[in-house]
Amino acid sequence: MSRYVIGVDVGGTFTDIFVLDRTSGAVTTTKTPSTLDDQSRGFIAGIGSLIGDFGDIATVLHGTTTGTNALLERKGAKTGIITTTGFRDVLEMRRRDRPTTWGLWGQYGPVVPRNLRLEVDERVLADGTIHTPVDLDAVRARARVLLEAGCTAVCVFFINGYANDANERAAVAAVREVWPTSYVTAATEILPEIREFERLSTATLNAYLQPLVSSYMDRLEHALAERGAGRDLLIVQSNGGVMSVETAKAQPVRTALSGPAAGVIAAKAIAGAAGFPNIVTCDMGGTSFDVSLVAEGEAALAAQTSVDFGMVIRAPMIEITTIGAGGGSIASVDASGLLRVGPESAGSNPGPVCYGQGNDRPTVTDANLVLGRINPDRPIGGKLARLDIDAARAAIIARVGEPLGLGPMEAAEAILKVANALMAGAIRLVSIERGHDPSDFAAMPFGGGGALHTGALMLETGLGASIVPRFPGVTSALGCVVADMRHDRTQTVNAPLAAADAGALGAVMRATADELHGLLGEAGVAFEGVETVYELDMLYTGQTHAVAVPLTMPEGELTEADIAAAFDAAYRAKYGRLLEGVPMRVMNTRVAALGRRPRFDMRAFAPVDGKPLAECRIGTRALWADGAMVDAPVYDRMGIAIGERVPGPCLLEQADTTIFIDPGLVGVVDEYGNLVIRRDS
Amino acid sequence: MSELDPVTLAILKGRLEQIADEMDATLFRSAFNPIIAEAHDASHGIYDAVTGETLAQGKSGLPIFVGVMAFAVKSVIDLVADAGGPKDGDVWIFNEPYDGGTHLSDFRLVRPLFRDGKLFCWLASVGHWHDVGGAVPGNYNPRATECYQEAVMIPPVKLYDAGEYRPDIVAILSANSRQPLSLYGDLNGQINALDLGAKRMDALLDEYGDGTVAAAMGALKARAAMIMRDCISSLPDGTVSVEDWLDNDGVMDKPLKIALDMTVKGDALTLDFSRSAAACAGPVNISRSTTIAACYVALKHIFGEVPANAGVLEPVEFVINDASILSVRAPKPTGGYTETIMRLIDVMFQALAKIAPERSNGCAYGTINALSLSGFRGDGSRWVMFSFFGGGHGGHPLGDGLNHGNAPISTATIPPLEITEAAYPVRFTQWALRDGSGGDGRHRGGLGAVYEIELLKGEADVTLFGERGRFAPPGVAGGADAAMTRFSWQTDDGYAEPPMVSKLHGAKLAAGRRLRLETPGGGGYGDPAKRDEAARLRDAKLGYV
Repeated sequence: MSRYVIGVDVGGTFTDIFVLDRTSGAVTTTKTPSTLDDQSRGFIAGIGSLIGDFGDIATVLHGTTTGTNALLERKGAKTGIITTTGFRDVLEMRRRDRPTTWGLWGQYGPVVPRNLRLEVDERVLADGTIHTPVDLDAVRARARVLLEAGCTAVCVFFINGYANDANERAAVAAVREVWPTSYVTAATEILPEIREFERLSTATLNAYLQPLVSSYMDRLEHALAERGAGRDLLIVQSNGGVMSVETAKAQPVRTALSGPAAGVIAAKAIAGAAGFPNIVTCDMGGTSFDVSLVAEGEAALAAQTSVDFGMVIRAPMIEITTIGAGGGSIASVDASGLLRVGPESAGSNPGPVCYGQGNDRPTVTDANLVLGRINPDRPIGGKLARLDIDAARAAIIARVGEPLGLGPMEAAEAILKVANALMAGAIRLVSIERGHDPSDFAAMPFGGGGALHTGALMLETGLGASIVPRFPGVTSALGCVVADMRHDRTQTVNAPLAAADAGALGAVMRATADELHGLLGEAGVAFEGVETVYELDMLYTGQTHAVAVPLTMPEGELTEADIAAAFDAAYRAKYGRLLEGVPMRVMNTRVAALGRRPRFDMRAFAPVDGKPLAECRIGTRALWADGAMVDAPVYDRMGIAIGERVPGPCLLEQADTTIFIDPGLVGVVDEYGNLVIRRDS
Repeated sequence: MSELDPVTLAILKGRLEQIADEMDATLFRSAFNPIIAEAHDASHGIYDAVTGETLAQGKSGLPIFVGVMAFAVKSVIDLVADAGGPKDGDVWIFNEPYDGGTHLSDFRLVRPLFRDGKLFCWLASVGHWHDVGGAVPGNYNPRATECYQEAVMIPPVKLYDAGEYRPDIVAILSANSRQPLSLYGDLNGQINALDLGAKRMDALLDEYGDGTVAAAMGALKARAAMIMRDCISSLPDGTVSVEDWLDNDGVMDKPLKIALDMTVKGDALTLDFSRSAAACAGPVNISRSTTIAACYVALKHIFGEVPANAGVLEPVEFVINDASILSVRAPKPTGGYTETIMRLIDVMFQALAKIAPERSNGCAYGTINALSLSGFRGDGSRWVMFSFFGGGHGGHPLGDGLNHGNAPISTATIPPLEITEAAYPVRFTQWALRDGSGGDGRHRGGLGAVYEIELLKGEADVTLFGERGRFAPPGVAGGADAAMTRFSWQTDDGYAEPPMVSKLHGAKLAAGRRLRLETPGGGGYGDPAKRDEAARLRDAKLGYV
């Protein structure tokens, strides 16, 4: 019988597998090396190491970085664009920007070069009027030229297609007549929203990813079927929901942040079960620190994201704020004697000084090592046997201690303080600056290094608690298993509220919702319930930036007064001051349908046969905290029983991370196996 | 207050910058007119209680304001000193451009921050409003010979008096605008930004203590000066001289010289503009504070690590003739200040290229090409479409210049053409890179653009305020110059071109007819003979040349 639900997250180094046995509620996890040339091999091998008979698999849910990597490394398909005469350069002209505010040495190469962007006569005006009908013979001819040039994917994009897509639809049909594969993207199918560059960029990146992502999905499906698994494969989208594999093949651009989104969804689920609906997730890697906000159990979404300069994707995505501070961030003293950390990073190669691979500039990891917070004999996630603490100390003395007149310990502590202040800034950006009270929120670290800093970040930003999940290293794979199914649809209206027929608007949104619910149904997945989220993008007439206005759809007909009241509430919350007498405008409608997937009991993570704290002590380490050396206990994290209190300062070690509890803080193991750290009252 | 430890200092530096950034973001998101909302022609900062010097400034605002706002705050400080100083809850508003202003479109709001009844620092907001009267919708009047023809001028007056809002001030402003709704929305956005800044500053001061923050502000200024000295020291000593030109002032068709004699001596820099043209009749004059601010922008492009505070200018000596185009007083018109400050940035890069070519780059396109189209709709309401356009950036040591970038004095993005078409009775017939517009060089200059617009209904008045119609954006280190600005519009007798090349006033466009703006590319970098053959082949294949 089909008893297993499996989450698979393919990262740069490891493929994480998370298996839930629905009959027993038991959970097993494993890590296998990623096979980056063809991620499906590591994927199948990983599952095979835990499951004998693939016929027992009910559902496989997958967070993938195939799309993300192809975008970052510019390894998508050779793609062509067919567009309105006069506008072939829209993609390359962007919104007339530059990569950095200061310095004029920017460069940019669009993913589709100019010779593969071809024009056809057609024109739609802003009000939807067809000014020039589309020349379909020309469309077919251009498609053939692109095929001869070796393009495997094509994007059709016409100006003002959001207002009337008749020309664009006709052209897409004509291209499909001559195109040998299904890799034909219609811009307004991907995004029927005003703003030509954003729509074109999103649609072009969709086309650019389609051959790669689509064939990867085919290989996965084939490999699973070959081993007897059913066809139930779901893919995590950038918005944190899952979609069917068919949707993923048609709209691969929705996988751009699939991997990170899965991590945030897992954090949300773990924290929610533990009674923390409000969290800030903190993913600390080698070069960057990523934070996301979950408020009242919902992850914050951004309407638009830039994958890189000029590579804009406009689609709802989990909002991830990234700053250049990680374990590999380099500490230095500038010409004025000010200590700086990052954004320059030693990465993983050569890596921190203590890796002994040629870097002599101290990093955050070196500071943690010198302060006694990392065990030099137990490096995490690397291939090294031992870390060179003497080299790390020497580098800190030479590059930070001597210029600032500080001893090695004080200098290392200063590096951490500056790094923590940077990371705290990112937390403040997503919490305080969005009007949230940090004391209502908990930090949830994942990634190898986050748990060393979580206490300091909590103290620095005034967060109420910190939750370290039991398996911080396989969080994303868990996220795949718990993600809901989600479909979003946007449509531009761009009309004054007074002129928009509110009743009709409500009816259209309801019809869209029905259509999206149909998509949920087609996926053949069991849901505990389905929900609809209605939202409008609105602004005062004359503004150009809209406010997201959540809408409660009434039982009866939607009225103008309903919409106006919802706008007032949203605008006041964002800016504090309403503009009396200024007419409102509706820019876009947004509808999302969510299929809530069955919960599973997070108590599956709870330690069994846990021991009292004293019995879990595995050593003592001299470490530096708050300006003095202390002999701190070191515990085996996995062995500690539910309900045990773990007072700081101390270290807890486990296979995939090390946790530091700062002086003045205390950790408690909750019934789900999380370590919940708070101020010691 | 004792010496601050470097760690607290680093943390406070970040926190102060974050507050200024957040003020910027608040105004950008809630502003009405696209020049602020999309083009980010606005800025916010925190200023010294006594001197008005910049303590911290937002990273996302218009770069040129970074240098100029301190002068604006100082002018309020001087004004209220005679009247017993500021009161808690006061907010001044003004657009008078000669002391810490730029041009009359930029409205500044200046607000004191009090702690326990005592002045701690100042907060200020500046934003470019859509229209505040004058002869031309949008206020870029290329034929103005006095400021009175450009826009209504407001000296520093109180918008809030000890916390009490004065609607009469807003009534005066609204009555003088063709776009009163836009004005009202932008004003509220700026008030919101200052409210937020005050709230965040209070929280920061509560957390760290007023004394610590005050000490940090002083220390950061001293450190900025040290960093600047270090940057200047990295350049070889010597004096170089360069000259560049403005096409004309819009009134007299005569080129205007911008000359720089740059001297590096140890850790000191002298920027001598004495040989520049005398003050002119038309609106390309600028005030002394704007000249200094423009040089600051160039220095910040050259030395990215220099912080945004007053200390940076300590090691820089300015020599500016008070009778020149670079230091005017009322009632000289200043509406086209953007063109003059871009020429200042161009001469800075040209001078630098003579001293240290590896730090320089070809000149960018060098004009914002402010274009205004306006008319009346069928219902009698007025429409004003006002936009700035992009061009190429210069070739540089790392590679070819960026195609279709924004002006070095701003971080403005261009409004989407679909938004423009939805708002005004126009359609674009072309929106493309301009082939062959980048200056040749070892690294080619980036391409400018071609924008062609057709009027769909009625009749429109056309005003253009541009530059680089007679003097091309120069290449450096042997690189070639870029293509120049070209503007034309359809009349009964075919396409016409402006008599003043880059400036136009009083032209009419009929329905169904088009205008065409071709913007300059960027200057080349290095000897064209050394250009990589593969790069030349690629340029030809892509139609860039």
